This record gives sequence, C-alpha cells and structure tokens, in this order.
Amino acid sequence: MDASTSLETHHDPHAHVAEHEHHELGWWRKYVFSTDHKVIGIQYGFTGLIFLFFGFSLMMLMRWQLAYPGQALPVIGKFLPHIFGPGTMPDGKMTPDFYNSLGAMHGTIMVFLGIVPLAFAAFGNFVVPLQIGAPDMAFPKVNMASYWAVFVGSIVMLISFFVPGGAAKSGWTSYVPLAAIADSGPGHLPVFNGQTLWLIGFIFLITSSLLGAINFIATIIQLRAKGLTWMRLPFFVWAQFVTAFLLLLAFPPLEAGIIMQLMDRVADTSFFMPAGLVVNGAALHISGGGSPLLWQHLFWFLAHPEVYVLILPGMGIIAEILANNSRKPLWGYKSLVFSVLTIGFLSFIVWAHHMWLTGMGSAVSAFFQTTTLIISIPSVIILSAFFISLWGGSIRFTVPMLFATAFLPMFGIGGLTGIPLAFNSADLYLHDTYYVIAHFHYIVAPGTIFALFAGIYYWFPKATGRKMNDFWGKVHFWPTLICMNVIFLPMFLQGMAGMHRRWYDGGQGWTVSGDHTIWGLTGFQWNTPISWAAWIMGLAQIPFIINFFWSIKHGEKVNDNPWEATTLEWTAPSPPPHGNFVTTPVAYRGPYEYSLPGREQDFTMQNEPVEPSERTRRKPPAELVRA
Amino acid sequence: MEIPYTVSTRPDTGLWNAKVGIWLFLASEVMLFGGLFSAYIFLRLDAPPGMWPHGLLNVPVGTMNTAILIMSSVTVVLAWAALKMRRYRAYWWYMLATILCGVIFLTVKLVYEWPQKFDHFGAYIKPEELGKYEQYLGNEHAAAKGLPPRLEITGHLHNRAALNDPNIKDYEVALDPVNADPINPAMDRPHFFYMPPTDKIAKIEKEDVQYATMFLPKHSAYFASYFTITGLHGMHVLGGVLVFIYMWLPVSKKLYQRNPEHLANRVEVAGLFWHFVDLIWIFVFPLFYLL
Repeated sequence: MDASTSLETHHDPHAHVAEHEHHELGWWRKYVFSTDHKVIGIQYGFTGLIFLFFGFSLMMLMRWQLAYPGQALPVIGKFLPHIFGPGTMPDGKMTPDFYNSLGAMHGTIMVFLGIVPLAFAAFGNFVVPLQIGAPDMAFPKVNMASYWAVFVGSIVMLISFFVPGGAAKSGWTSYVPLAAIADSGPGHLPVFNGQTLWLIGFIFLITSSLLGAINFIATIIQLRAKGLTWMRLPFFVWAQFVTAFLLLLAFPPLEAGIIMQLMDRVADTSFFMPAGLVVNGAALHISGGGSPLLWQHLFWFLAHPEVYVLILPGMGIIAEILANNSRKPLWGYKSLVFSVLTIGFLSFIVWAHHMWLTGMGSAVSAFFQTTTLIISIPSVIILSAFFISLWGGSIRFTVPMLFATAFLPMFGIGGLTGIPLAFNSADLYLHDTYYVIAHFHYIVAPGTIFALFAGIYYWFPKATGRKMNDFWGKVHFWPTLICMNVIFLPMFLQGMAGMHRRWYDGGQGWTVSGDHTIWGLTGFQWNTPISWAAWIMGLAQIPFIINFFWSIKHGEKVNDNPWEATTLEWTAPSPPPHGNFVTTPVAYRGPYEYSLPGREQDFTMQNEPVEPSERTRRKPPAELVRA
Repeated sequence: MEIPYTVSTRPDTGLWNAKVGIWLFLASEVMLFGGLFSAYIFLRLDAPPGMWPHGLLNVPVGTMNTAILIMSSVTVVLAWAALKMRRYRAYWWYMLATILCGVIFLTVKLVYEWPQKFDHFGAYIKPEELGKYEQYLGNEHAAAKGLPPRLEITGHLHNRAALNDPNIKDYEVALDPVNADPINPAMDRPHFFYMPPTDKIAKIEKEDVQYATMFLPKHSAYFASYFTITGLHGMHVLGGVLVFIYMWLPVSKKLYQRNPEHLANRVEVAGLFWHFVDLIWIFVFPLFYLL
C-alpha cells in the first residue's frame, strides 16, 4: 500500500516508521487527544469507573432517605447543601425533588455513563483490536471523536446538578407528559434546567455510541488478522459485534424521541402532549394532538436492546475468563455465537413488555409476551454453556475467575426472576415495585459489574505489564458479593409485599404490610439492612481503588501472557506499543485451544501454526478434548 | 503504523473501510428518520377528523426543490465518475454544480418557505362556537360533501400585537381563499399552486378561540413534525454541502495529485450520504406536501 493511505492517521508520509514517530507526539496528543485505541480505551475506562462510583454515591444518599426517612444525614448532610444548592438537603434532610433527581440521575449515569462506556467502549476499544490482531481501530479519528462526545455529554449531565431546580427528576425513563413540563416555570432557566440539559447531554451520548458502534463493526469486519475467520473469533469479539449493532440500530429512534421532547420543551410543540392537560390548576396553552405512548415506544425501542448492550459485553468477558481459568475449550462455541446473534435480533422486538400497564391492548401484549419468553431461550443456552464449560475443568481460582464464577448464579437469579415480569398478568401486580428493581439489578449489578471487575483484573496485566494484587482482590470480592445479595435479595420480598419503586419515604407512609413481616421485618424495616449493606459495599470498593492505582506502578511484573491464555492479545507486548504487535499476527486455529492432547503446555495460542501431527487427525475425539 | 484497507479493498470482503463505515452510518440514519416518520404516522393516525391540516405548503416550490436535489444526486455521481477517469477539471465542475444545488435547496427552504410559514396565522375555533364562524368555515357544505370538518381559520394576521396583548379582544385576519369562500367547490381540495391571503378581513374574538398561533412548530402536530423533520433534513443537507466544499477546495487537489483513488473513495462515501439525504427528501415531499 502506498504511503498516502496513512493520511487518515498521520501526516507523516513515512508511516511505516510510525512507531518511532509516535514517541515524538506531544503529551497532549499522546495521552489526551490520542487516536490510539488503547489510550482511548483507558480514557473510557476511567470515565466509566468514575461515573459508576458517582452513580453509586447518589444511590448511597438515597438509601439514607429510604432507611431513615426525614432524618438529618449526619456529617455529610451538612456539606451537601453547599455543593448541590440549598434546596436539596436543608439541615441534612432530603427534599422530595432532590430524591427524584438522585433517582433519575442514578439510572441515567449508571447505564449511559458508567456501564456503556466501561463495558462496551473501554473493553471494546482496548481488547477487540488486540484480539483480532489489528493495529488499531478502522477509524482512529472517529474513535477519538466518540470519546470526546461522551466527555461533553457527561459534563452536560454533571452541570445539570448545579442549575436552578437541580438535575432531571422524571426518572431515567423521562416519561412524558411529566418530563415535558418538569423543570420549567418560575425558578427555572429556559435551557439551563435539569430536564433540558438531560436531553442535550443525551444527544452527545447517542452521537458517541453511534460513532463507536460504526467503528467497532467496521473494525471487526475489515481488520481481522490473516486466518482469523469468523468462527475463530473469541466470543468476546462476537459479543461486542452484536452489541455494536444494537447500539447502531436502537439508539437512533430514541434520538428521534429526544429531539421531539426537546422540541416540546423549547419550541412548545406537542409531540407527546395530549390536549386538555391541566398543570397547577391552569390549562396548558398548547396545541395538543400528541401522544405520551409514542415517547414510551421510542424510549423502550432503545432501552430494551440497551439491556442487552449492558449484559452482552459482560458475557463476552466471562466467556474469555471461564475458558482461560478452567483450562478447557469453551463448551458449545457455535451455540454461543448463534445464541448471541439470536438475542441481538430478538431484542428489537420485545420492547413493549415494559409497557403492559399502558393499555396497549391484549393483542399487542400477547405478541410481546411471546417474543419476550422466546428471548429467554438463547440467554439460557449461553448460561448453560458457561456452566458446562466448568465441568471437568482444572479450575484456577484467580481473582478474575472468582468474579466470573460469581457472575453465573447472580445472572441466573436475575434472569429467572424476569420470567414472572414477562407474563403480563403477573406483571400487573409486580410492575414498578422493588421486585423489578431487584430483578434488573441482579443482572446489571452482580451480573455486569462483576463481569467488568473480572475484566479489569484479567486484562490489567496487558494494559500495564503488571498484575493487580491477589490478596486485596479477594478482600474486594467477598464483601462485594455478600453485600450485593444482602442489598438485592430482600428487594424481591419488598416488591412482592407491594412496595413501590419510587416512594420517597421508603414505604413508611404507606405502612407496607405493616402487620405482615418477612423474617421478622416489615417491608419498610427491610430498608435498614439493605442500606447498611449498600454503605458497607461502598467501603468494600476501597481495596479495589487502592489496589488499582497501586498496581499500576508497584504491581507484580509479569510476562506478556501471565494467564497462559490462547487469544491474540496475549501475543502482543505488555503494554502494547503504538501499532500493537511486533510482528503482524496470523491466526491458525480457534480461540480456545486449551489442554490440546499431545502438547507439552495446556494452552495453544491462536498464532501457533498447525503441526503436521495435528493434521493427520484433524478432529480429535471429543472425549479427549473435554477430558 | 498504518491502518490497512483505507484505500485498497480487503480481498475477502471486497470493501475498503470507509465504505463499510458509511453503510453502517446510513443504517443508523434510516433508524433515526424511521423513528421520526413513525412518529408522524402515529400522530396522524391519532388526529381527530379535521385536526390534520392539508394544503398549507407551497407544492410547486417543493416540487422544484425535489428536482434540484435529484439533479444534485446525478451531478455527484458524474463528479465521482470523472475522478475515476482521472478528469479533475470535469470533477471540479460537477462538484461545483452539486454544491450549488445544495445551496439553492437550503436557500429556498430557509429564506422563502420557512419564513412564509412563520408569517401565517391560524386560529382553532372552540367546538361550541363553530356555528358562529360558519360563513368562514362552511361546515354544512363540507358535511354535505362528506369532507372532514373545518375547525381552523387561517390567513394573514393584521394586528400581530393581538398575539401577546391581553387587552386586544380579537384577531383581525386577512382570510386565506379557503376561508374567504368556503362553499366554493374549488376549495374542497388543496390547490397545487399557492394562493395568497385575500383582502377579506374577518374578526375572530379571542373568547371563541381554542388555540391560535402563527405557523410555528407549536401550531399543530403537523407543523411540529414538518419543522422537525425538514429541519433535521436541512442539517443533513448542510453537512453534505460542507463536506463537498472541502472536497472541492484546492486542499483536495493535493490529495488528488498524491493518490487520486483516495479522493475518489472519499467522494464515493460522501456521495452515498448525499443519495441518502436525497432519498429522505423523496419521503418528506409526498408526506408533507401532497398527502
């Protein structure tokens, strides 16, 4: 290829010596406005981790109000009004508006600024090009643009906490007409109000995800190493590939909805506003003719595939770690690939199961109930394949493996408790209760977030050349696992007792099942142990944070392949230089060739050529491979 | 380091990277406009009889804009073909033609069509007061012919102060032909050619009005979706024009001299986007102007 092809990335015509040239890049170009997928991945990673902790902190605040409604929050409560404004926590007591802001922003931040940047963008950016043997992403500059778009979006979201009236408070779903009239009127600025900034911030987040998704798909299609055919891709790459398609096709309809809600708020249109609305005793002067249901359809058309955006990268991480630490090939690789593709397709036709209570009609409900139950089949196939992968393995309980094995039952609980919600008659009762909260948090909190922790511990040596400390990893793992369950398991009980998810006083004023106790506590009283578990879990993240930063400089130095893994990223130096590989990798075999018979080592890397002795018996007997 | 397949094709996919990228981008754009068009359908099906306006847009001007946009799609292909044949001069002229088409389209939209709407007025009459304005609405005539009821009086607002001043008790409107002569059978259907407001003035008491505004996005679900979709489409046209200007400027000639195939690829990708923008308009035009 001639030198001019490098124009996209370098203005230096001697692109083949770019590695030397790279070191001449200034600090800003190298670490801040970088086009290198690894730097961008790490930027995404830090952004995601910071926002995960910030979003969790919002929830820790809410847990105070739920456990001790109306009581002043000690110590911290004195400082918060100075940060978030006097109307938020006067005398340390939380106002309802502030509680609503915290709830809406907890959801928004966790999903769109925590997990998507970390699970999809950070791991995808750092790991996918390495796993497919590519020098970088297909469009490095677009990659940089997508990070900076999410950065601007996150700043807009943060600013919204400090405008008059505070951040958005209509739930992470921003249901209209409530969201269209919230944060307007006296005491609010025209554009610089919580809900409008939420919408504007979202446009940046969507832009980022779209650019990222295009980049990922193009990279996986175009830049796979020689010999790395589709069925030799690590499962993680498949998961990211499907995730990218979900973001690519599901986000734009929400963007359309966001634009329309923005028009409703700044141009007084009535996309989502029916005629005859009365607010504060006065009829709204609007044309009407809009439909609140339209917003819900557009929102959930994204937000259901989004659920799979949250879980699929996690499943990909888990697959890599299970195969690596059980020292045997992933069980049912093809079934896993086809399951993940099926999930990707079906996730587009299940969205209205979030809307059973809207009165769409029983025919529509029946359709979505059916598709929702069908989508559980590929999910169960994936989870079963993971469990079977452990069978007969020579398991190494490393820290990543601890998180990965914990993921399996946690995700199982989350998935199975979703089935009652899929039936619209059962959901009529459970809808909007803590049961729903417990269900989806089991999937994203001890599910996805455990997968993310596992991934961080697993690929940390690749990014830094050093391992994170094992002992402190275990100190991080066990309390987190216990607290997760103390937090979310009782919520199933609270929800079945009828506790509503958005109650400001934790159900105290509604005396949820006042006479009826569950293991000695009423629905409301269960809030206290849950809250304490949440705060202890916050403390349990301190070993992780210290371990993370300490290990960057002082962790145990390891070789390029410390986990004795098989996929291509472990053939690159740690940390990989600009351009990633010393020699262009070529793949000769599948991704999980562990414990191949007749080998000295129990792992065979993808770039090891097939030996003549292997060729004579191309398919070793199954019982040998799985022994 | 260099990224493979930025200009040459990857043997097993037969594509270079940006071509994969633009098709993926267009897929997401289909979903974006698909969401907006679905909203249009949703709102229109929900609209009660008489609440979805017809004939408020200028059809000949819209037809002309459609022709201009289609023409620009042709010239951009010719520009790409000229590059493929390494005829830079011809490329330059075709690209200029494409840019001019885009600019004309936007000018017509922003300088003529939109402001004309902003200057037009409509008042929805309260259901119980419709009889009072029968001379302007002609609902008995409409009912006899099986036409949807007329609920709105439109035209040019003479006393614009009335919009904000609560002391002014009525709107003085120079009526549109349909309200000036509502029982004329010629007014039963929207006209192809635009007909300006007549000299006939009607006084509409504010008391009788349910909702009155200029033809802004807030006027109705119809204008809300019209301005949102054409606005978003206009931003796409603007984006395309800016990219084409960059490819037409001398800076791109340098790229042509170094690697003409690279410039041809860029034009191809931008051209695909341009065809998509054209295609969206092919949907916008009938949905808002004709149906």
